[in-house]
Amino acid sequence: MRYLDEFRDPVLAKRLVAQIRRSARRSWTIMEVCGGQTHGLLRYAIDVELEGVVHLVHGPGCPVCVTPLESIDFAQRLALQPGVLVTSFGDMLRVPGPHGSLLELKARGANVRVVYSPLDAVDLARRYPDYQIVFFAVGFETTAPATALAVLQAASENLTNFSLLVAHVRVQPAMEALASMPDSRVQGFLAAGHVCTITGYASYEAFVERYQLPVVVTGFEPLDLLHGIWACVRQLEVGSAQVENCYRRSVRREGNLRAQQLVGQVYQICDRPWRGWGIIPGGGLQLRPEWREFDAEVRFASLLESVVNEPSECRSADVLAGRIKPTECPAFAVRCTPDRPLGAPMVSSEGACAAYFRYRTACTWCDSLRDSAVADDRLRTTAQRVREDTAAASVRRGYHER
Amino acid sequence: MCLGIPGKVVRWLCREGVAAAAEIEFESVRRVCHMACVPEAEEGDYVIVHAGIAISRIDPQEVVRFQEELANSKLHDEWPLTETAGGELP
Ligand code: SF4
Repeated sequence: MRYLDEFRDPVLAKRLVAQIRRSARRSWTIMEVCGGQTHGLLRYAIDVELEGVVHLVHGPGCPVCVTPLESIDFAQRLALQPGVLVTSFGDMLRVPGPHGSLLELKARGANVRVVYSPLDAVDLARRYPDYQIVFFAVGFETTAPATALAVLQAASENLTNFSLLVAHVRVQPAMEALASMPDSRVQGFLAAGHVCTITGYASYEAFVERYQLPVVVTGFEPLDLLHGIWACVRQLEVGSAQVENCYRRSVRREGNLRAQQLVGQVYQICDRPWRGWGIIPGGGLQLRPEWREFDAEVRFASLLESVVNEPSECRSADVLAGRIKPTECPAFAVRCTPDRPLGAPMVSSEGACAAYFRYRTACTWCDSLRDSAVADDRLRTTAQRVREDTAAASVRRGYHER
Repeated sequence: MCLGIPGKVVRWLCREGVAAAAEIEFESVRRVCHMACVPEAEEGDYVIVHAGIAISRIDPQEVVRFQEELANSKLHDEWPLTETAGGELP
């Protein structure tokens, strides 16, 4: 596929790995912000290839993972109402809530449907005028233009049976929270390429000034990731802290102004609780007052309830802040698997726990890097470490044999 | 969740405001995607699509620049080093 294959060239990937290893005179800790990048890094074994030179910590960039349990609980109560149909992306519907996941509720008769786009939910509202269609709007700045567009389309067609349960989050406030944590080990950031496609990266200029940490806007394919890491390492080696754009084919400094305008028309910035983190100032988006009629929390206010308790065993907050690797969570691959997840990071296609389960407990290496004897050896040592807990290993084997 | 997939604009269907839409070709499927955020894309251009809407037009010049940058920078070929033998995968 054009614009994918060019960025998966195994020969260049290897040379970039070599270059990074050469450039680094010590080991650097770099956080990739976006969960999509986490999956890319693990899928292509880049973390393993760079072991000892670049320590990659995985960031909070999985919107599903940070959606508060209260919102999931509310969505579940909505789905159980007669005449209400709750829609969202598949990942969101699989996250365990207080009464199982939304898809499990569906199996018990609740009205839940996976959609590919929020605009498909608007389409459902057109087709089923007798149903109240609620779209559970999760996602970072990347997704907000799509949900804003859904509201604008519904408004332009006077669809009174469409509403949004808004759980949108913003990346930069979370990066600020991370950078100010006293125990933060992060020395540089790979900023999320598709978030920056919308927002641009001008706002990171003040960030790097303030925290003196380099920020490199990075894409998602193996060469993009390696290119971003290389740029970050180069900056770290010379003690520089600047914003650099390594995803130029999609990201411009000012971002996508048309998308920003749509988002600004429909949403305003608000403080928002992040699951496991507490309230992040400016960490979310909410509908502007003039669009309140499209707010499911207003339309179904009577169903809103108070605090829901987190399952105590899940260490997702530590995973999302890069404090521990998923494999350090005692439940990982033992009591928590993608089939029976305890926490959101094991569910989402961007969750770090799911990435480790998928790429570090099974030998699904990318062909491009598989031929490297050293890489195989490194996988073995990583895999051995992953399997230290023998009980976990046997559960995992059981899982794969099924 | 921020997954974005490149696709080729095959045919504009509507260029009006919030209803803007075009047919986009991905590897082997075609899908109607919303284009309100990328009105400048022309047929034949590639766009990145996320959650059913195009979020950017891929700049082909930047792709060439990226490739040239990698080709011109003196990348080293010496890694992986040869002394380490691979082991049996567990
Ligand atoms: S492995 Fe499961 S229980 Fe542990 S942090 Fe990840 S999602 Fe939570």
